[in-house]
Formats: sequence, C-alpha cells, structure tokens
Amino acid sequence: MTRNLPTSGSLRNHLVLTLIGGAAILALLLFFAIRNYATQVAQQGQDNILGASVTSILDAASIRDGTIEVDIPYASFSMLSTQSDDRIFYAIYQDETFLSGYPKLSLATVSGQESIFQSVKHRGKTVRLVTASRTLIGIEKRTQIRVALAQTQDALSGTLAQISRNAALFGTGFFALAALLSIWASSTTVGQLKRLTNSVTRRGPQDLSPFEKPVPSEMLPLVTSLNSLMQRLDHSLGQSEDFIAEAAHRVRTPLATVRSYAEATLQRVDKEENRQALRSMVRAIDESSRAAGQLLDHAMITFRADHLEHQNLDLVALVNELVVRLMPIAEMKDLELRFHSDAQITYSGDPVLIQNAVRNLIDNALKYSPSEGTVNILVTAAPNVHVRVCDSGNGFPSEELNTLATRFKRGKNAEGTIGSGLGLTIAMDVARAHGGNLQLSNGTEGGACALLSL
Amino acid sequence: MRIAIALVLWVLPQVIFAQEWEDRQLFNDHASEQKLRIISSTDTSFFTPIIKSFISKYPNVAVEYLVTGTADIDRIFRATPDAFDVVISSAMDLQLKIVNDGLARPVSNVPLPSWAQWRQSLFAFTSEPAAIVINREAFAGHPIPDTRQKLIEALRARPEIFRGRIGTYDVRKSGLGYLFATQDARASETYWRLMEVMGALDIRLYCCSGDMINDLSDGTIAVAYNVLGSYATARVESKGAIEIILPSNFPTTMMRTAMVSIDAPHFEDASAFIRHLIALQSGSEKAAFPLPPLNSKLNDVERSTIALEPALMTFLDTLKRRRFLAEWEDAVIQKQQK
Ligand SMILES: Nc1ncnc2c1ncn2[C@@H]1O[C@H](COP(=O)(O)OP(=O)(O)O)[C@@H](O)[C@H]1O
Ligand SMILES: [Mg+2]
Repeated sequence: MTRNLPTSGSLRNHLVLTLIGGAAILALLLFFAIRNYATQVAQQGQDNILGASVTSILDAASIRDGTIEVDIPYASFSMLSTQSDDRIFYAIYQDETFLSGYPKLSLATVSGQESIFQSVKHRGKTVRLVTASRTLIGIEKRTQIRVALAQTQDALSGTLAQISRNAALFGTGFFALAALLSIWASSTTVGQLKRLTNSVTRRGPQDLSPFEKPVPSEMLPLVTSLNSLMQRLDHSLGQSEDFIAEAAHRVRTPLATVRSYAEATLQRVDKEENRQALRSMVRAIDESSRAAGQLLDHAMITFRADHLEHQNLDLVALVNELVVRLMPIAEMKDLELRFHSDAQITYSGDPVLIQNAVRNLIDNALKYSPSEGTVNILVTAAPNVHVRVCDSGNGFPSEELNTLATRFKRGKNAEGTIGSGLGLTIAMDVARAHGGNLQLSNGTEGGACALLSL
Repeated sequence: MRIAIALVLWVLPQVIFAQEWEDRQLFNDHASEQKLRIISSTDTSFFTPIIKSFISKYPNVAVEYLVTGTADIDRIFRATPDAFDVVISSAMDLQLKIVNDGLARPVSNVPLPSWAQWRQSLFAFTSEPAAIVINREAFAGHPIPDTRQKLIEALRARPEIFRGRIGTYDVRKSGLGYLFATQDARASETYWRLMEVMGALDIRLYCCSGDMINDLSDGTIAVAYNVLGSYATARVESKGAIEIILPSNFPTTMMRTAMVSIDAPHFEDASAFIRHLIALQSGSEKAAFPLPPLNSKLNDVERSTIALEPALMTFLDTLKRRRFLAEWEDAVIQKQQK
C-alpha cells in the first residue's frame, strides 16, 4: 500500500531557493546602488573642490602692462590636500599658448563660464581634470585664459573602497536576514501541509469522516477534494458490504427453498429412478449452496482483511465454541473431535474471520478422514499463537502440498467430496491478514496437519 | 642685463661640468662595488655620523655622499634619476614637486606622522627654523631685535652701521632661500618692508649659508637674515661672535626631507637608509644625529612649520615665480642700484 511515489522536487526547497535567489539579487542591487550613489557623492565632493580651486586661480589672472599675470593663491593648491596626499597637475594657457604648469596635461576646449570635469589618464594615472576659462579684456585685445587642474584619486578610491566594504557588509547582512526569513516563511508554509498530512496518517482505518479543521485558503481545494474522495470511498465501502450480505441472502434463500421442495417431493415419490434423481438434485443444491457460501465467505474475507477489525478476544473460548458446534456433525461421521488448549489466550483479531478459518480446517478434517478416526484441535500461545488441526486420515496429497491453498484448487483425493477449493485459501488469507501464515504437513504416521499461525 | 650675464656665467660651468660637487665623500668604500649614492644639500659634516652609524649596521653597503645646492639637486636629479638612490634637500617645495612628478619611489614602514611625510615617498627628518643671526659687536650697547619689526627699526636707526653689512640668500640661486622668502612673504607684509629696508642698505646676497656665516663671524656683515640656525650653531669657533635670534613672531621653520629615487639602483639599501635616518632622528643620541630633530623645541617659540602639501608647488609656478622674483628684485636690487 505504501508505495513510494515519484516526487517532482520539494515545494519547500523551491520556495526557499526562489526567496533566497530574490534576496541575493536584491542584495546585489542594493550594493551597487549604494556604491554608485557614494561614488557620485564622493566624485561630486572632489569636483567641488577642484572647481573652487580652478576658480580661485582664474580670479588671480590679470593683465599688467600688457602681459598676463597669474598670481596663483597659495590656498588654491592648499585646498587640494587630501588624506592620501593626492598629486596635482595643472596647466595655464593664454589662448593657445602654454604659459606655465604641466605642458602635457590635456585640456578641454571651454567657452564661457562653465567648468568642464573629466576623468582622464595623465602619466598613466586616472586623474580628475577640470578645465575652466576666463576672458580678460586688455587695452587693445581680448584674451582667453584657460586653466586645467587635475588631481589623482587615491583618497577618493580609498573612501570608495571603504564605502564598498560597508555596502558589501550591509548587503551581506541584508541577504543573511532575508535568507533566514525566507527559510522561516517556507517552513511555516510547508508546516501547514505537514499538519494536514499528519492528521491524515493519524486516522484509524475506519475513520473516513471529512476534515473539519481550518486550513489556509490555498489548501482548501485539496482538502475539499480529499473530503469528497473519502465520502465516495465510504459510500462505496458501505455498498460492497451491503452487496455481499445481500448476495449471500439472495443466493442462499432460494437454494434453501428449492432444497426443501426437493426433499418434500422425495417423500412423495416412490419410483426408485425418480428418488435417485431427486437425491442427486439435493446433493447438487447442497454443493451449490456450500460453494456460494464459500465464495461469499471468501469475498467477505478479502474485503474484511483490508479493513481488519481488531478486537480483543479469548482465542481458546472462540475455538472451543466452534468445536462444540461441530460436535454433532462429527458424531454423524463417527469421528471424535479432541480439543487441547492453554487456559486462556487473549488475542487481538477479527473473531468472525478466525472462526471462519478454523471452521474450514475442521470441515476439511471431517471431510477427508475416514470414520472411526480422531481429529485433534490444539490452541496454544507457545511459541506463538496458533491453531493446529490434525486428523487421522490419509493426509494431503504430498505432491500437491504447496498448491492446495490456491484459489479453487482441489486435491486428487477430493473426488466425490463436496467442495469448492476455497477452504484452505480462506484460512490462508485470514492467517495473512493477522500477520501469520498457514502451513500444511502430513504426520509421520499419516494424517493431515494444518497449522494456522496468527 | 648684467645680472643675466652673471647668471649665465654662473650656471654655464655647472651645466657643462655637472659633476662638480661642493663636496664628495666615500664611506666604507672597500665594502662593495655598488655604492649607495646620496645627493644632498646638507654639509657632509652633519651627515658623517649618520652615515657611519648606518654603515656599522649595514657593513656591506658603501655610501657615496654628494653635496650641492638645492636648485642644482633639483636640476641634476631630474635629468638623471637613475644615477642616485637617495635625495636629501632642505628645499621642501622642490622635493615635493619631484614626488608630485612621480620621480620618487614610496618606502613602506617609515614610522612618521602624516604631517611629516608625503605619499610615503617624502620623509621629513629635521625641523629647522630660519633665524636672524647677528654679530654681537654691531649691536653692542643696543637692544637685540627679537622680531622682524624690531629689526627694521634697528636697521633704520643706524643705517651707517649696517650699510653693506646685511646678508641674505640670493633667492634666485638658492632653493632654500627662495622657500624661506616665499613663506615669509606669505606670512606677513613685514617681509617686504624688511626687504626694502635691507635693499636700501645695499644688502649682500649669498648663494649658501656657509659663506654667509663666514662673513658674519669675521664681521664683514653684521646681520644675516633667514639663515639656518643649525648651520650657525655648528660653527663652534664663531660662537662668541654671533648670536642666533629666532624671531618671536613665528619663525619660518623648514623640514629637511629625504626620498628614494624612482629609478634607485639600490632600492633596498636606500629604503634601509631612510628608515635608519628616521630612527636616528627620533632617537635621543645627539652625537649620532647632529641635526635638530622633528620634535625639538628650540627656545620654546611657537613655530610655523612649512606644511608638506601640494601648495608648496604654488611658488614654483613659472608665472608666480617670475612675479615674485620681479617684486623681490624690485625691493632688494633696484634700490641697491639707486
Ligand atoms: N484434511 C485433509 N486431508 C486430506 N486432504 C485434504 C485435507 N484438507 C484439504 N485436503 C485437500 O486439499 C484440497 C483443498 O482443500 P479445500 O481448499 O478445503 O477445498 P475443498 O475442501 O473444497 O476441496 C482438498 O480438495 C483436498 O484435496
Ligand atoms: Mg475444504
């Protein structure tokens, strides 16, 4: 029954992975966003200082006696001091002529008031370069002074590295928290499913009542269809039980009627020919009735074995009652039934099934052993609970020992005896349903022995 | 024009015979074929104990110590950075610009506070105020001026005594003189008035502190302005004749700096030398380190130490320098010729 179903992955893992993946992406985004923003802010800071510095240099430019003078204020470079001692480069141009500074510094063409900020390579180093210009009006001519000022970015990259570290730490923290949260969230979600599973498994075999406890709305369809499935199951089980009882009744009653008519007729018929025919008829009716009974018993056992109704019972009393009931039939055949047992054996099992099984075994013993014999019935709990029925007949046909318990199988010695081949099958099924087995053997001094262990 | 010719005549031989050093000494010569070459503006006498203690620690290293002026150092070193291992100079501005131009190689693990180093490449190891040094005789019976303002007053009071007997650096030739002058000018307007007064009194211009102190000791001049106190103190024989005054209103204080060349042939030894030098300066042994260390408190005057920052490059700008020198010449020389 508990066959392993193939799984299509774990819902929980799927949830956890999706959430953690999302968290990772978010954390990365966060990291880059923070870093990007910090870069902008830091760059803005450097640009502001560079801009102020270049403006102060331009302000110091003047025309004196026709020549350009740029009296760079000490503060212009002083304000560019950084923690990491960044290097600075500058160049001053009058129109297109280089005046002073670093001639190799490339500068942008500027016009008007605006300063131009660029990140360029200078002497193999990335520098932030600002270019600004100012137009001086002399006596004869207008002239443009351009100043380029560049600074390395050691302090900036130091700050950025620090910010990156912090952002990374922040992102990792965020990720860890989100991961924990997602694990917790998926556990609680899957927990609902587990709870339902538990309440399904914990149910008794007969409990087919619907689930009433509140479940999350997403699980409602599942629980609803589960409930409706169980309702249908309950219904069809009830129907089969009814059907078996009904069938037994429907077959047996008319057969009994037919038999009584046949017997009544037999009283009134004198012609030996006809009497013979009627006797055969009665025998056939008996046979059918018995076969029908066996068939129904078998069906009933098959059905009940799946839904075994355990009940505490005294096995000794149960078997003894049966033996007492069968006593008159045995006497009719001149057979002696001997009952041996422990004082009392408390056993949990289905009394109807066990009685049925033992009756079939005793029936066989009565059927297949000659008169004047003895049938020994032993009920004991040592070493394990079992019922043994041994007779003093010819025993089971030894070459068929292994197959006699199969359905509808009758032995070679069964010719002339009424039977359906289901007796041993029923006994075997009952034993198995109770976790035991049926063993057939022949005694050393003849006689068949059937051992029903439970 | 005369000056220009003089300048050319003065510079020319130095350009042609670049290896004409003020002094050149070998230490531990036999130890190795490879010599640690140090180009320096500091007199050999100050560095002899330093180099000797270095050699006693690293006996396998030979040291060649070459002395020349600060401006020369800048010119020679920039031309051949692979010919020198260590560059030592008192011209902080020139040194800083060399580092800014990428000609110095950083040395790690030098235990100096950030204000005493730049880019882990330029390391300060002395703290030396610019002093007014006077010949006592000239001030006998008169109060000794302890500020620039009082010096102006003293000079004005007795021009006949001081005419032709005042000396200072020729800032056009001396890198250190230029540094002192520019920092002085930056600090207060008094500098220009002082220069005008001195220029009017036919100031004598010197290339180097040595000559200036010589003249001071023998009475040729009575006042030397912006001289390194350390150099003056070193002249034991002249101690009686001269007096060193640290102007009580912020003496400009210079830090001697050292760096390792970007193309140093012996980088490891050069780094070791720098570390040794810094260790010596922070040590307490006066004999091993005859220069004033960074943390010395001379006369307890508050000093304005020139900061190691890119602003030092301001006065090295061509336009700025041209303008400053013009103004300086205006104050010092033009008046001299009038
Ligand atoms: N006590 C017995 N002695 C000898 N043979 C037996 C005995 N019990 C069963 N058998 C053999 O086993 C066969 C199967 O028995 P069973 O399943 O009860 O069917 P049925 O009795 O209806 O033939 C019988 O046909 C008979 O051959
Ligand atoms: Mg039978």
